[in-house]
Amino acid sequence: MKRNVGIVIVSHSPDIARGTADMVRQMVGEKVPLAWCGGDPGGGLGTSVEAIIAAIQKAWSEKGVAILVDLGGAETNSEMAVEMLSEERRERVVVCNAPIVEGAVMAATEASAGSSLDQVRQTAEEMRPA
Amino acid sequence: MSSESILSELAEGSVLMDHAVGLHARPSVKLTQLAKTFSARIELGVSQNGPWIDAKSIVKVMATKAPKDTVLFFRAEGTDAAAAVAALIGLVKRDFEDVH
Repeated sequence: MKRNVGIVIVSHSPDIARGTADMVRQMVGEKVPLAWCGGDPGGGLGTSVEAIIAAIQKAWSEKGVAILVDLGGAETNSEMAVEMLSEERRERVVVCNAPIVEGAVMAATEASAGSSLDQVRQTAEEMRPA
Repeated sequence: MSSESILSELAEGSVLMDHAVGLHARPSVKLTQLAKTFSARIELGVSQNGPWIDAKSIVKVMATKAPKDTVLFFRAEGTDAAAAVAALIGLVKRDFEDVH
C-alpha cells in the first residue's frame, strides 16, 4: 500500500504538466505517487477524460489522490474523470482549487509528510488568490 | 486524546543562514518536511521577537522569503522539542542538504 496521498497534474499543455511534475520530483522527492497528463488525443492543447483517469490510477494511493488543474476544461474533465471512477475510489479523489505549479509543490510537500487528503487539499488551497 | 498527562518540553535556538541563497522553494520544502517528522509544535521566526509562523506549514515558510544571512529562530513545544530544534538548526547549517 502506498503510504502517501498521490498527486495528479492536469494541464492543457503536456509541456506544462510534465514540467510541473519535474518540479515536484526535484523539490519534494520520490515519496509521493505522482502522475501527469496534458494535451488532447490529437496532439493539440486540451485535456482528455481517459488520460486523466489513467493518471489517477497511476498515482493511486489508499490515502487518496489530489488533482491540480490549470484552466476551465481541465477542471471539468477532471471532475468527469472522478465521476467515472469506482464509487469506492471516487470518494478519495479531490480537485484542488489552487494554481497548478505552486499548488502541486505545496500539495506534494504536505503529502510527503504523510498528511491526509484533506490536509493536502487545504495546504494547496492556501495558495488560492485572495 | 489520551487522558494521561504528556511530558512536554520547551526548546529554542537560532542559526545564521549563511550558505543557502535564502529560504527559497527547495530549502523551504526541506525545512517543512523535517519539521513534520516531529510531534512538537514548532515555530519559525526571522527575529527574536517573532512574528512566529508554523514551521510545518510549507505555504507560510515559503512566504517568509528570508534572504541569505538571515538569522532563523526556532521555538518548539512538545515531547521531542529539543530534538526538533537541534535537527532544524543542523539542516540549516548543512545548507539544507539531506543526511545520507
